[in-house]
Amino acid sequence: MNPTALFGAVDPGWAVALSPELASRAQFGWTISVHIIFASLSIGLAPFMVYFTYKDVRTDEERFARLRSFWVKVFAAGFVMGTVTGIPMSFQFGTNFPQFSEVAGELIGGPLAFEAKMAFFLEAVFLGVLLYGRERVGDRTYVLSSALVGFGAWLSGFWILVVNAWMQTPRGYEMISRNGMEVARLTDPIAAFFTPRMTWMYVHMINASVISVALLVAGVSAYIVWKRRDAEAWNTALRLAVVILLVSAPLQAVHGDAYARHVEDTQPQKFAAMEGHYETGQADLHLFAIPTSPDAITDPRAENLFTVSLPNFGSFLASGGDFDAEVIGLNEYEENPPVALVFWSFRVMVGLGFLFIGLALWGGYLAFRGRLSDSDRYLRAMIAASPLGYAALLTGWYVTEIGRQPWVIQDELKTSEAVSSTLTGAEATLTLIGFVVVYVGLVATALYVLKWLIREELRTLGREPSTGDRWYGPLPGVSDDD
Amino acid sequence: MTESVIPVDAYLVASLPEVWFGVVMFALGMYLVLDGFDFGIGLLYATRNTEHERETLLSAFGPVWDANEVWLVAFGTMLLAAFPRVYSRLLADHYLLAIGFVLALLFRGLGPELREQRSDEQWKRYCDYSFIGGSFSAPLLFGTLAGRWVFDAATLSLPAVLTGVGLVAVSVVTGAAFLAAKGDPALASDLRPYGIGATLAYLGGVVALLTTVVLTDAGGAADTVRSLPAVAVVGSSAIAGAGGIALARRGAYRAWLASALALPALLTALIALLLYPTVYPPTGLTLRAAVVSPLALNLVTVLGLPVLLLVLGYFTYLYRVFSGPIDAEGYGS
Repeated sequence: MNPTALFGAVDPGWAVALSPELASRAQFGWTISVHIIFASLSIGLAPFMVYFTYKDVRTDEERFARLRSFWVKVFAAGFVMGTVTGIPMSFQFGTNFPQFSEVAGELIGGPLAFEAKMAFFLEAVFLGVLLYGRERVGDRTYVLSSALVGFGAWLSGFWILVVNAWMQTPRGYEMISRNGMEVARLTDPIAAFFTPRMTWMYVHMINASVISVALLVAGVSAYIVWKRRDAEAWNTALRLAVVILLVSAPLQAVHGDAYARHVEDTQPQKFAAMEGHYETGQADLHLFAIPTSPDAITDPRAENLFTVSLPNFGSFLASGGDFDAEVIGLNEYEENPPVALVFWSFRVMVGLGFLFIGLALWGGYLAFRGRLSDSDRYLRAMIAASPLGYAALLTGWYVTEIGRQPWVIQDELKTSEAVSSTLTGAEATLTLIGFVVVYVGLVATALYVLKWLIREELRTLGREPSTGDRWYGPLPGVSDDD
Repeated sequence: MTESVIPVDAYLVASLPEVWFGVVMFALGMYLVLDGFDFGIGLLYATRNTEHERETLLSAFGPVWDANEVWLVAFGTMLLAAFPRVYSRLLADHYLLAIGFVLALLFRGLGPELREQRSDEQWKRYCDYSFIGGSFSAPLLFGTLAGRWVFDAATLSLPAVLTGVGLVAVSVVTGAAFLAAKGDPALASDLRPYGIGATLAYLGGVVALLTTVVLTDAGGAADTVRSLPAVAVVGSSAIAGAGGIALARRGAYRAWLASALALPALLTALIALLLYPTVYPPTGLTLRAAVVSPLALNLVTVLGLPVLLLVLGYFTYLYRVFSGPIDAEGYGS
């Protein structure tokens, strides 16, 4: 890439700023990366929270009261972070990508407004009840509030993905001229809302959120169990998380495989970038890829990778059974997405997916033998794996979003055409820096809150002799002296 | 199937675009009224010195602010759904104001949530700065943005700045009345002077703003300001403000709250008058030119408007659950 195209000197006298397009894309990418962690936390935690609340109210057992209280607090903290990081998302459609808002307004405006009215309000209102209203409402209403909050989170994801799926496989519209601009006019709402991508994306994202949260719950539980072996509540939570992983992790692999075939069908350019496939023709399937030269990291292609491949399996999978099927290569296109980011993100996601299946099976075996909380090795592995669900979720979205480039609406509007023409590089760079600083602080704060909640939990569990040493894993270290 | 349920080529009723202008303005009004008193709580928080008083204010703020803030999202997304060009121009043409505003909201929301996580003084002080600073900058920046939109004015021009300051003042009025109506007499009489002062400042600001607009014809709005509906709205504001002061003096705090909440509602009515029918004065874009096609608008009407009624229903429920006296311990969890 030409560096002068990336870095335009706005005012050589005082500053070098990024181009408005690059800064806008970096800013949106960065803010959505942080936001989606909290958004998917709400989605994934919803079933856990509803279950714990229900069991707490029904059984009155101390372990469920403990789990309900802990995870509702996590949910609430995540929801607040999701709200404050979510509002900048919809604003940036206007501030940074106004042409996108205008071209796609009829198609995306409705679903985004439905998200606010049907889902966001529901979550916000009943979370208030769930957090502050235990003494003010009856048991039944309390459980119902929890279910409504969870339903709101899943419905919220539905409408947001209606918008994103439309950007991948746009349907149900025609281009017309309005106010001197080519814009999309809605012609068929059902086709526009239920685009070919929609159900694939929804199932994959909901399940990814559940897996991510199951890993988080398992990690936190493993940590507390490791510190306090007889913490009944946390043994329960660990078992529950393992059971959920046993279902969700293999499902994601099977579903993901079919999803990839659908991507090859509808977005062949993205699929070619995922596989680093340049020449149109038969495609191998790369199970593993290891760079053989440094070039491979930035420019992965068959020549500089050591791959374990199944010959022609790419064709076989993409076509659904034909080993000789032609798979379109990247050389066919004038402009391609950053192949390296898509190629490596895809491999990280798939690799992590298989790791999760392994962890689930291992945990399932231990639970079957009744030794789940006795295995130090397993507890340590789950603590280490606690943030990895989010790594897989983010890299999966990088494949989806970076792989769609140069388009913001597939084959209809390029990202470069969507960027604000009135925005200067200096303004965009300034706000980018602002968002980076603020959101780094925000993520650090979120981790701090989680650490604080764990420490309080250990405190209330009482001071028993700890069996574990100090651990420097991804979860915050909590020593007995805290 | 859809075609038979939802008309494709004609609006459900001929005036549906105007109805949607009203709906969007209603959401803006709900936001200014509800998040306005949240901002007011944040600003009055700066005047409270004891830990007990501060926690009392936070207990009033905690259960409702997040739901109140969603009205901003409802306003923005409905504006996008009905008038996409207004949404895109409004935000793109006022880039730094808009981004500054959402960052101010971020600090406003996070401060109180994080405050309770630690007990040391330093941490609490930073969280308080975040809460107070956000509660001040958010209405200031949003008001300035609204002033630029309505009056086609520069950021540092008199109409824009006065609108921003006016929104801060009216937030203090509603915040004080909201807290006073919660029923703690000592707190109410402490906050009353701020509410009364802010009412006078707000009314003075409105007069100064409209005088400026009439004299300079900012955004071509002079004629609208002199029109009967606008004069009626301004007159009603004066009555609501003066009545509110009298009610506050007599200790009729619930009645004061009602008249205080009328002020941001009337302000929204004024904004709506100024934006009709030219919804984006900087480019002279009219409502009919900006509106989406019939099918799209009919769809958001049929699917969206009933939900809006439902939302109003559970807002009523939320405020009923959390009505009545507040205490520093919160509502328990």
